[in-house]
Amino acid sequence: MAECHPVGFQWVGEAKARGAKVVHIDPRFTRTSAIADLHVPLRVGTDIAFLGGLIKYVLDNELYFKEYVVAYTNAAALVSEDFVDSEDLDGLFSGFDPERNQYDEASWQYEPEEPPHSGSDHPAEAAEQKAIEQHSDVKKADRAQAAGSGGPPIASKPKRDETLQHPRSVFQVLKRHFARYTPEMVAEVCGIEPEVFLQVARWVTENSGRDRTTAWVYSVGWTQHSVGAQYIRTCSILQTLLGNIGRPGGGILALRGHASIQGSTDVPTLFNILPGYLPMPHALQHGSLEEYCADAAGKAGFWGNKRAYMVSLLKAWWGDAATPENDFAFDYLPKIDGDHSSYRTIADMIQGKVSGYFLVGENPTVGHPNGRMNRFGLANLDWLVVRDLQMIESATFWKESPEIETGELSPDTIGTEVFFMPAATHAEKEGTFTQTQRLLQWRHKAVEPPNDARSDLWFYFHLGRILRERLADSTDPRDRPLLDLTWDYPTHGPEVEPSAEAVLREINGTGPDGRAVSGYLELKDDGSTTCGCWIYSGVYADEVNQSARRRPGREQGSVASEWGWAWPYNRRILYNRASADPDGKPWSERKAYVWWDEEAGRWTGVDNPDFEATKRPDYVPPEGARAQDAIAGTDPFVMQGDGKAWLFAPAGLVDGPLPTHYEPAESVVENALYKQQANPTLEHIEGPWNRENPPRSEVFPFQVTTYRLTEHHTAGGMSRTLPYLSELQPEFFVEVSPELAELRGLTNGEYATLVSSRTAIEAKVLVTERIRPIRLRDGQVVHQIGMPYHWSYSGISTGDGANDLLGIVLDPNTHIQEDKVSTADIRPGRRPRGPELIEFVEGYRRRAGVESGRVGVNGRDPVAAEAGEGSKL
Amino acid sequence: MKTWLDAWPVFRQLTGPDPLGRGAAARSKATENVVSRTATADRVVQSVCPYCAVGCGQRIYVKDEQIVQIEGDPDSPISRGRLCPKGSASKQLVTSPTRVTTVKYRRPFGTEWEDLDLDTAMHMIADRVLEARRKGWQDDNDGKRVNRTMGIASLGGATLDNEENYLMKKLYSAMGAIQIENQARI
Repeated sequence: MAECHPVGFQWVGEAKARGAKVVHIDPRFTRTSAIADLHVPLRVGTDIAFLGGLIKYVLDNELYFKEYVVAYTNAAALVSEDFVDSEDLDGLFSGFDPERNQYDEASWQYEPEEPPHSGSDHPAEAAEQKAIEQHSDVKKADRAQAAGSGGPPIASKPKRDETLQHPRSVFQVLKRHFARYTPEMVAEVCGIEPEVFLQVARWVTENSGRDRTTAWVYSVGWTQHSVGAQYIRTCSILQTLLGNIGRPGGGILALRGHASIQGSTDVPTLFNILPGYLPMPHALQHGSLEEYCADAAGKAGFWGNKRAYMVSLLKAWWGDAATPENDFAFDYLPKIDGDHSSYRTIADMIQGKVSGYFLVGENPTVGHPNGRMNRFGLANLDWLVVRDLQMIESATFWKESPEIETGELSPDTIGTEVFFMPAATHAEKEGTFTQTQRLLQWRHKAVEPPNDARSDLWFYFHLGRILRERLADSTDPRDRPLLDLTWDYPTHGPEVEPSAEAVLREINGTGPDGRAVSGYLELKDDGSTTCGCWIYSGVYADEVNQSARRRPGREQGSVASEWGWAWPYNRRILYNRASADPDGKPWSERKAYVWWDEEAGRWTGVDNPDFEATKRPDYVPPEGARAQDAIAGTDPFVMQGDGKAWLFAPAGLVDGPLPTHYEPAESVVENALYKQQANPTLEHIEGPWNRENPPRSEVFPFQVTTYRLTEHHTAGGMSRTLPYLSELQPEFFVEVSPELAELRGLTNGEYATLVSSRTAIEAKVLVTERIRPIRLRDGQVVHQIGMPYHWSYSGISTGDGANDLLGIVLDPNTHIQEDKVSTADIRPGRRPRGPELIEFVEGYRRRAGVESGRVGVNGRDPVAAEAGEGSKL
Repeated sequence: MKTWLDAWPVFRQLTGPDPLGRGAAARSKATENVVSRTATADRVVQSVCPYCAVGCGQRIYVKDEQIVQIEGDPDSPISRGRLCPKGSASKQLVTSPTRVTTVKYRRPFGTEWEDLDLDTAMHMIADRVLEARRKGWQDDNDGKRVNRTMGIASLGGATLDNEENYLMKKLYSAMGAIQIENQARI
């Protein structure tokens, strides 16, 4: 955190000054470790074992927050008799299909208290929707995130045992699942001393309960794994058991790495979701608006209003053309039917399936793993539009990339037309970023952008305008969605810049009177309201740009509610009703945050309560209640269908209802807990340009992990081009321990070559005790190599691209790559140049028993195809 | 003579109350005349740092329609005026001499960049979008209605404004493009 979010880290410093203990869990020693009370250098890829050990410690020693757990979680729910845990199947859960490497979730369900789907308006349809969810093409389409704000639908309320003693209660299932995650097992798997683990366990539990809370902070160190979603699930279970969710000083805080990466998920440019985590319609599930809303109709929680959110979105996009008669133009939306995520699309490009590609402030040939594969993708397009500030590598791959040097690519063979369109900087346009805590902050424009540089708002507005002009006379029904689109934004200035405030107001939504609504509770499903992103509704309440509020922090309380605007409803801590007990009283004076004011008949506190303001704590939903009315006064998790935090996830994750320790896809260690070595549902993308290093390979004997430096930013387009930053961190280096340096004859300050099944790269060696070898109980020594990934061949400071070394295997829930752990060899000296590099890497592949990585023209046809063996692409 | 000696920093350092020469002794007439760029700016604009997601407040100082300095905004309850090395360097992000501010075009099988005017480029891109959309169009796939094009893909960085992401998703969806992705996936 001190390295990558330094200014945010000042608050950790403040906490430490007030007596907080700071624990840093990271394979690498960083500036954070230097400040921390304790640094835990666990082996890369073993976080579930560590966190699972903490869960076991909490359960065994009865250190959980009992009242919180019973009232606010699904600990008391009973799981189906058909469920079999990974403890009993050596690393697999019940329902696994080894042919497809997918699970059927049917056996993970609760034991129902009522007939399935009886709460739904259309039980048969809801059941059908649920059944289709198990279809392979739906599983691949990242449905879990699409259920985001509502949580995945569950068929019915579970039977409960409030004593938590029933052997099939979630609580007991959890106990058995983590029974073998002992301090000794944690020490063995993670490569740390049991005492270190126990120290963390004591600090975390002593600092949780009525009077105290513990916060966990993570970044891509958790998400970029083959079990990334399950890493965060493990922490969620721990924090929920300890009563650390929805309370001040608690939570699981995702520190995101880009100015508006949270906003890019909320108002997504993502294939699987629409604004506000509404799912993209799926061809197999959503033939009509009715089918689209079937899983939510009659459902408890705010997701029960899905139809109102969706109809309001369709009205925002298609205005008068969206009518009750035409299903509010639902059919205008394109449908997905599988994985259309970024890496799959790159593979499709190499196969010639994609004509054109827009790169908008993104540099995938440096920032994504497997740069070579990415460049082959770009080389097979008809055209590419790059919008950026500097001439980034993804725009110059056709003349300067490493594959030009090896002869695998050449300008003569690349037909890709490239348009470099200069972009405006953050200072040259206005609009909102959503920072890592869901806070929208408006930026005012300082100056006009130079020459042809324009905002992306300008580019897409005018591209849309031109397309609509071209198609104005079309009678083709395919063109109606473009022609009927609401696209009449006011413009200003000599460059005809569209108004970002008008767009923000559309995102906020309007009521039947045409005025900005104050929040999503005002949205209707009859077409009388519009809203571009329901969770952002309220950002333009009272016709005021709430995100531009800047009352100085020193003039406000600690919550600073009048600086910017946070979704939803300007709430700064989500699910904060959990900061009060079931009766609505603060758990303790020290941790008071929101509470029920009996006299006033409403919830109040230092933050906006994340609960209906006048819903009494003793409210019990009447029979047949819907949406938020079906959530009891004691259920803080208002977006979940049952209002509870889930210790066990009966639906929503494709790789298991509970987190289980698997080794990374490329690990040098055998899984100590199960026969199942790696995540059984891992997503692979196969091709000669994405060969995988075999697990426990002697040819690739070292673990590699990648990270950022304080002085650089991701793929470097915004930092390697700046003199100050290039001077601070002038060249690509790798960090190795003195032991590994000795083992391989590496010299500090000299070059080393790193090799994987993808390629070989070179970097300066930094010999440092910041990276330590891990000694396992059986005597195996695991050497780890640290590698910042900011460099490539352009800019002021240059070097090989670390990401070229990495392959692409994906977390099946999120399609995010496992680039925090891979394997490689390292040897002294510089890498071979030109065609010799290909032969050098090919030799490694042969020795490791990996298929050939040779490719034909533009990365397309492998040599195998030329030899008459048929294309493996 | 006294005045001349007093103007000599080493003399003041040796004889005055600032033996380390880090305060009054080191000041000169030139020092007195130095005025910070933040003081002479025509206006100050409140903004937000474009690097990581902490969301530090920035104050952008503008003189003669040029950005002359970017500093931390002490009003921000998030950052309290601090910026990290990247945020502190962000003026160079805007004023970088290697920044490319005109359209560049590489024709198929071309070996060099060519210049193109912005309006021509916009219309050429629109032509290609319509053609790719048509080429990759699917009314149905495996017997199910999909109403989409597989010919166009997009990958956005996570420094896009919410308003920009919104227009992108809206326009792409209307043209039927679904392979729309973002750094948020990475």
